[in-house]
Amino acid sequence: MKDEKFVDIKNISMIYHTINGETKALDQLSFEVKKGEIVAIVGPSGCGKSTILSIIAGLLKPTSGMVTINGQKVEGTNKKVGYMFQSDHLFQWRSILANVLIGLEIQNKVNEKSINRVTKLLETYGLGDFQTHYPHQLSGGMRQRVALIRTLATEPDLLLLDEPFSALDYQSRLAVSDDIAKIINQEEKTAIMVTHDIAEAISMADRVIVLSNRPANVKSIYNIELTCNEGEEASPIKCREAPEFRHYFNKIWKELDIHVR
Amino acid sequence: MFGNKKPSENTNHSPSHIAFLKSQHRYRLQIKLSQVGLLVGFILLWELAATLRWIDPFFFSKPSSIVKLIINLAKDGSIFKHTGISVFETVVGFVIGTILGTGIAIILWWSEFFAKVFDPYLVVLNALPKIALGPIIIIWAGAGMQGIIVTALTISIIVTIMATYNGFREVDSEKIKMLKTFGATKFQILQKVVFPASIPNMINTMKINIGMSWIGVIVGEFLVSKAGLGYLIVYGGQVFRLDIVMAGVIILAIATALMYQVVASLEKRFVKWR
Repeated sequence: MKDEKFVDIKNISMIYHTINGETKALDQLSFEVKKGEIVAIVGPSGCGKSTILSIIAGLLKPTSGMVTINGQKVEGTNKKVGYMFQSDHLFQWRSILANVLIGLEIQNKVNEKSINRVTKLLETYGLGDFQTHYPHQLSGGMRQRVALIRTLATEPDLLLLDEPFSALDYQSRLAVSDDIAKIINQEEKTAIMVTHDIAEAISMADRVIVLSNRPANVKSIYNIELTCNEGEEASPIKCREAPEFRHYFNKIWKELDIHVR
Repeated sequence: MFGNKKPSENTNHSPSHIAFLKSQHRYRLQIKLSQVGLLVGFILLWELAATLRWIDPFFFSKPSSIVKLIINLAKDGSIFKHTGISVFETVVGFVIGTILGTGIAIILWWSEFFAKVFDPYLVVLNALPKIALGPIIIIWAGAGMQGIIVTALTISIIVTIMATYNGFREVDSEKIKMLKTFGATKFQILQKVVFPASIPNMINTMKINIGMSWIGVIVGEFLVSKAGLGYLIVYGGQVFRLDIVMAGVIILAIATALMYQVVASLEKRFVKWR
């Protein structure tokens, strides 16, 4: 199942036009994601990482090139894609359960069955007691978990994560990335994650794609094989202790560094 | 202790916490007493100054004669008639202004083109002292209750449109993007995020609008001069009965304060998640 090509990004270019001129953000960018894989995209800041996710999600139309998901061309937003943002964007006037149901509400899919499924997700991931709470009563890490469950509620096959932990402090960041990697693996989702944190990318992803400076294209792709993955409970925090970790880190760091200068 | 978020649940306070609560209570009591004292002192001084002829009671009236007048006006029922009319006009002007203004703000939010086209007109209308339009409105809409209500409406609606529209635009664009990833339509974006996120802002606008509507009603009644608190005030001024003017102003102050409280209680009900 892992070898099936799921997302295919083919030669996409993106040019932003403003009154003051044009900016080329992406240049002939291509890569593939297989089913069940977690792929991390790292690159210098401002290189257009988030643009890639917006294009895959169908929020932006690329200037040229195309994206297919499961063989279908992306045109407009797609219910099979779930998007997770830097901030949790929970609505403070809604309870946790109501927040998690927002996507289903928009797609007119709120019914007893879907509510049960979502409630079960909240319970599985330690938020069962907080359904009637309001977002301001929860910690940053919990809110980010709620945001992931909101994304999972509509049962997407592909998850797009846009620096999902960068708004958290370091400790919550480690804990939440651990949780979220587990959730993604348990729910057998495919995920594309954009991050500027190399360690996070290596510890969570099956493959890391390094982008060049703007206009971005694929500089190199690393298949991450850490010995920690053989254990039953593989977790990103444990993976940070794998002997190969530093080796990947140095390689990617050097690659990024060259382009920062 | 100090870090305890819900002290009401904890009945075993430490002595230092009890002392803290006591000092807080005393501080609030001091503020309340000072507020009441200021009012009482002012009224006593006014009464005294008028009785001892430091000021001419013909021009300044005095609290005791104002109270007597209010009691007399209450006995023959005219005070309730005038107050009722003014309150009715204000409420109608305020409600129509809020609903219509919010509706127009939604249209402007919906179509950026519309908003850009109307922007300079709104800016000019907002800067214009709407009271200047009073005589025109009275002639067009009729020298009666309709004219007064339209005056109140004209004054409140522009502020409502501008404040509500700006509130809509301040809603976090990332939150809108989040809904779009679920495939939300424009109407759903309005219904699920833009409108609910703007409720605190809309309630603030309503608080301002209560005052605006009252300005419109009083100006309208000045111009039409048939009934209402504005009429009472203008009439008192014309016949040099300062006690009537003062009575009108005092009742007006009480009525506006009460209406403000009604809107403020809406805030408590709808913004409970704060």
